[in-house]
Amino acid sequence: MSATTTPAAIETRSIRRVYKSKPQDVVALHGVDLDVAPGEFFGLLGPNGAGKTTLIKILTTLLLPTAGTAHVFGFDVVDETKQIRRIMNMVTGGEQSGYGMLQVREQLWMFSQFYGLGAREGWRRVDELVDAVGLTDQRRQKVSTLSTGQRQKLNFARGLLNDPWIFFLDEPTLGLDVAAARAVRELVLEWKAAVQGRTVLLTTHYMAEADELCERIAIVDHGRILAIGSPTELKHRVQAESIFRLELDRLDSGAGAVARLPGVVSATTASGDGEGAGDERQTVELNIVLRDDGALGEVVSALGGLGSHILGLRKSEPTLEDVFVELVGRGFEENGLEAGSGSQADKRQGASAATATQPEAADRDEVA
Amino acid sequence: MPPKAFAHRRAGSPQEAGQWDRRHVLATDLRAVGGRAYPRVTAMARDRSHIVFELGMPFLTTTAFVYVYRALQAPQQYVGFVVLGGAMTAFWLNVVWSMVAQLHWERDQGNLELYFTTPIDIMSILLGMALGGLVLSASRAFVIVVVASVLFGVSFAVTDWALLGGVFLLTLAAMYGLGMVLSSVFLMWGREAWHLSQMLIEPVYFVSGLNFPVGRLGLIGAVAIATIPLAVGLDAMRQLAFAGAQSFGTPPPSIEALILLVMTVVFLGIARFTLRTFERLARQEGRLTMRWQ
Repeated sequence: MSATTTPAAIETRSIRRVYKSKPQDVVALHGVDLDVAPGEFFGLLGPNGAGKTTLIKILTTLLLPTAGTAHVFGFDVVDETKQIRRIMNMVTGGEQSGYGMLQVREQLWMFSQFYGLGAREGWRRVDELVDAVGLTDQRRQKVSTLSTGQRQKLNFARGLLNDPWIFFLDEPTLGLDVAAARAVRELVLEWKAAVQGRTVLLTTHYMAEADELCERIAIVDHGRILAIGSPTELKHRVQAESIFRLELDRLDSGAGAVARLPGVVSATTASGDGEGAGDERQTVELNIVLRDDGALGEVVSALGGLGSHILGLRKSEPTLEDVFVELVGRGFEENGLEAGSGSQADKRQGASAATATQPEAADRDEVA
Repeated sequence: MPPKAFAHRRAGSPQEAGQWDRRHVLATDLRAVGGRAYPRVTAMARDRSHIVFELGMPFLTTTAFVYVYRALQAPQQYVGFVVLGGAMTAFWLNVVWSMVAQLHWERDQGNLELYFTTPIDIMSILLGMALGGLVLSASRAFVIVVVASVLFGVSFAVTDWALLGGVFLLTLAAMYGLGMVLSSVFLMWGREAWHLSQMLIEPVYFVSGLNFPVGRLGLIGAVAIATIPLAVGLDAMRQLAFAGAQSFGTPPPSIEALILLVMTVVFLGIARFTLRTFERLARQEGRLTMRWQ
């Protein structure tokens, strides 16, 4: 199939989802339009209740849209569910799936059978994945005894059993400590790098995670997409100019000479001490605002001509939170859950409930 | 160097990968049956407590009825009825607990959501549950029949082994077919599932004549034979296994086998329809994904 006829990995048009609720229905998605290209690492970033999970549930065929259309690689989420399920997989944060009394290998093998891998092929694939996600030492350990981080690695391995063309990651680092979350992110990046052409849709409310992983991001709030773009593009929206801080050994001419250079909006200085014990060297901190990054070369050349040596250079970047604040006028933490689907809240509650009732779940496993 | 497991494997395009031929679909569904049966069988091997709860306790119940009949000086064939009823109880309980209510538990654990994101027919999952549970139920039934027969001197007078075997298998097929129908109801019902499970145990025991000939129930027994696989199967097996059991006014075993066959076909057909219908309804209402509701 030629590139021109390859359908989008994800295409939604006017997707709307309403949850029946009392005293009034909750509109989780308000006519969302989204296009994700094959091979893209795309993120849905938004606070709890923004509608991210609702959208991912629709795309993974678990939920029907109330109105609008959605296609995954050209397959309709309403009527072509089987086709979509053959090419996708999904991992969610706080996932407690499977059966606690099974060993890690056994659990993965069981799921491998649901994707049609032959018994022997299934075991081989399981062993490869167990090694790949770093659970080799735990491969014969019961699932119920895994730590939360190990459990999520297991879920990640499960998600790769069928070598999915599109991988849905719904808050995959939810509830993980810093190290475990980093490990999961590294796994995702490693896999994505190894399988060029595969598509990932990630939902998260961790901005740094979206910034680190995604090629493009849609910022979602109250069931609407507010902005789409690469992390750099999004940040650029809120800060048209580029801000740099330079550490110089001297600047005899003062900041005024720099401020007059083409492309420079403003330049200010502040004195600073040289770093390092016993270093009594005086330095100058020059803060410059440029119309765009291209003007920096001119500044650097000019500083050389002025007899200044650049000891340090740092660009000051806006964060995705700045973008969100700019777009909606408040930060993530100020957002209530009242307007969304509640699904994120449910999931968090679910995650904690599952942890709290793990022994009970393990008991149930005995009649699995 | 990325791990081998991460290497690109599938050739072609996602559009091609999404199209499976019938053979591929069938093979995957069959493998899914084995996959879902696996944890059940493993649980039995790993958890020895089932010997007490699944074998010891039910045997005590059967024994109690044997002593009641002996105290009443009932005909010896009644002891045989109780033993056979005790054996078949295992399968019915398996249907109720390990199939009907299981989808509710699976949803709580988050498994249901994952099952529905895989390309298999959900009937494969139910069939896997059934087969896995059958292993445990069969061991329980076997122990009750063998041990009780030896202890209480039950003598079988099987007139037609082939028909007896056929009736037994048809009874299981019809019972598990009914289990699939009821499982689909659980996709729509939440906590009510638990109560329905309770409701399906004792009343069904009663109208199935688990510890007495169902023909004694008159009209109720007749209705039970027409609708409940356990009732008709048990009655047919009793007629085939014990001398003099034909005298309780129920249809002959060959007719009851036919009833079981019809039940199997009807239940499996209904199950297929209701599972699809309720899956769509559940997707509409968000019930596949709502946990801890």
